[in-house]
Amino acid sequence: MRDDLKKLWDFMREVTGDDAYERYLTRHRETHPEVPPLTEKEFFASEQDRKWSGINRCC
Amino acid sequence: MPNILSKLVWVVIALVGASAIGGIALHRGEQINALWFIAAAVCTYLIGYRFYSAWICAKVLVLDETRATPAERFNNGRDFIPTNKWVAFGHHFAAIAGPGPLIGPTLAMQFGYLPGTLWILAGSVLGGCVQDMVTMFCSVRRDGRSLGQMARDELGPVGGWAALIGSLMIIVILIAVLGLVIVKAMKHSPWATATVLGTIPVAMLIGIYMRGIRPGRVLEGSLIGISLLLVCVWGGGYINGSESLRGMFDWDDMTCAWFVMIYGFAAAALPVWLLLAPRDYLSTFLKLGVVFMLAAAILIWAPMVKMPALTQFVDGTGPIFKGTLFPFVFITIACGAISGFHSLVSSGTTPKLLANEKEIRMIGYGSMALESFVAIMAVIAATVMEPGIYFAINSPPGVVGKEAADAVAMITSWGFPVTVDQMAALAKGMGEDTLFGRVGGAPSLAVGMATIFSNTFGGQLLDMWYHFAIMFEVLFILTTLDAGTRVGRFMLQDLIKHVSPALGNVSSYPATVISSAIFVGAWGYFLVQGVKDPLGGVNILWPLFGISNQLLAGIALTVATGIIIKMGKVRYAWVTGLPLTWLAIVCTSAAIEKVFSSNPAVGFLAGANKLAADLAAGTLAPAKAAGAPSLILAQRIDAALALLFAAILWIVIADMLRMARRYLKGQSVQPLSESPHVATQLA
Repeated sequence: MRDDLKKLWDFMREVTGDDAYERYLTRHRETHPEVPPLTEKEFFASEQDRKWSGINRCC
Repeated sequence: MPNILSKLVWVVIALVGASAIGGIALHRGEQINALWFIAAAVCTYLIGYRFYSAWICAKVLVLDETRATPAERFNNGRDFIPTNKWVAFGHHFAAIAGPGPLIGPTLAMQFGYLPGTLWILAGSVLGGCVQDMVTMFCSVRRDGRSLGQMARDELGPVGGWAALIGSLMIIVILIAVLGLVIVKAMKHSPWATATVLGTIPVAMLIGIYMRGIRPGRVLEGSLIGISLLLVCVWGGGYINGSESLRGMFDWDDMTCAWFVMIYGFAAAALPVWLLLAPRDYLSTFLKLGVVFMLAAAILIWAPMVKMPALTQFVDGTGPIFKGTLFPFVFITIACGAISGFHSLVSSGTTPKLLANEKEIRMIGYGSMALESFVAIMAVIAATVMEPGIYFAINSPPGVVGKEAADAVAMITSWGFPVTVDQMAALAKGMGEDTLFGRVGGAPSLAVGMATIFSNTFGGQLLDMWYHFAIMFEVLFILTTLDAGTRVGRFMLQDLIKHVSPALGNVSSYPATVISSAIFVGAWGYFLVQGVKDPLGGVNILWPLFGISNQLLAGIALTVATGIIIKMGKVRYAWVTGLPLTWLAIVCTSAAIEKVFSSNPAVGFLAGANKLAADLAAGTLAPAKAAGAPSLILAQRIDAALALLFAAILWIVIADMLRMARRYLKGQSVQPLSESPHVATQLA
């Protein structure tokens, strides 16, 4: 039961993008640990600009 | 043994589905329970998904699970990123779910429930879902390229240009008609207007919160925002009840139209984090929440559908929009069955998230089936109210008369009894002064939703539910309007940069402001025209929107058919070729009707000529005569646009057929632009 709730919570965080920065950090450490990562604020700002430069909403 | 059991289950689903559809189709006279619609829809989607989509994936597309997807090959942790399939499904559904499938089916109910329902079911499983899935497949096999790029690569420059112009025009018309829907929901409704205005500072507050106070905390920011939105609904009610305040928010339709245009411009010119992005989070949460809540409420309450299966308006004399059942039911339903706009999300955006090719089936076909289910719920919400009330809300005063007594007399004479007292009691219950002539579909959908919610959850607070529903629809539409204006501005700058590099520079702020103003001006022109139109604007703009949307679907299906033929599968080309043929017939007949019909309420040219003749004869009232010249010009522009849409579709089809003919004769054609097979490393 607790595990299921935790899974649901993790899913909610992933689908809404709530955990995007944590995922970014994990990936960043794996791929190029020598470069300093963006701060959470910088990351979120650049993600929003990227997301809203293309078509991602319909009629 | 399990094999037999599974076969048995599918036989039962098929039988239930067939008898539900049969029940809906053959039922006459008495009311019919809405659960039959739900059963018919769910069984149709299950059968379509289990058998048709599986067959297409196995035989036509031949999905290959050993092949690395663009997300894996170009993984950059940002836009290319292999994602859990349910997360990708959630993103894709949130992106394709728009207000179209709520509004279109509501308007199409003037023909009775049957034609619209059958088209939503058949059109989606055989057309819309197939389009979304096949377009997604094509894009996944081409490094996640967009529809426009694929059209250029596979058909040539003609196809590429057609796709570009088609997408730009659909966005202009789409925003204009959605703006009109908001205007008609807000005009002379202080409660709705105050609530909508309240959502703007709420969105900005959440924007500041997610940017500066707790960066990236999307979940908590959205939850705070949704609570504040509910306060806005309550606050709107408070303002509506206050004699001194309500006058400030009692706007006429032209004021509302200016508000929508200024808002659209501001949203495009301000930084995205301040207004556009936070509003999108709020509306996405609200959208998914309301869709599930509506489904639950319909299941719990199990309301009766009161609209007849067919009305006399199949002959083209309907009050909401003029035009015969064929082709206008298909043009009006538009995105509830096949939505061309989806092909822009199914290529370019979602393909970059897929971890494995085999997920194309669930995400492409499955989410459109869910979207079509939303359209079925809109059908139910529009038909559970008395048909007389449905027509009284949706018929423009230019058709049924300005006075309540005239309107109810005319609607009752059609065989849909309704009284002035009944409408007054309904308006009072919903917290409005009047519900007569509230065209555009949103108010009647809100009345339907409020009735369903209120009856399911305790029978109270009808006015709160109504304005909650209006707030939900407007928020939803404003998100499409913001995002559309921004994307439209980018597309426009992309075109302009060939002429003026300075104006085409997307990172220059003056260029942003100027090109946003040009784009808002383009859709604002059609919006103002719709507001001025004595027949309510829906009659002009919705068919134009439907035609442009179906045109885009036609382009996507043409590109897909060309690719299937070049894959050496000409014997399966009918999978996309059949829906394409049908769309070409529907689009062309609708465009011809809207341009050349001699009925001035249907044909743009006849409408313009009649107005010109009345103006010359001096039979128009002074107020109408003043606005006549601009309406005449506008109708001629509409005619040219409808012809342009039909022409673009046929040019693309001809280009594809020319290429197919050369290919089948063994002559040289643009080669298939599929990227080579790379084996997946993901487990």
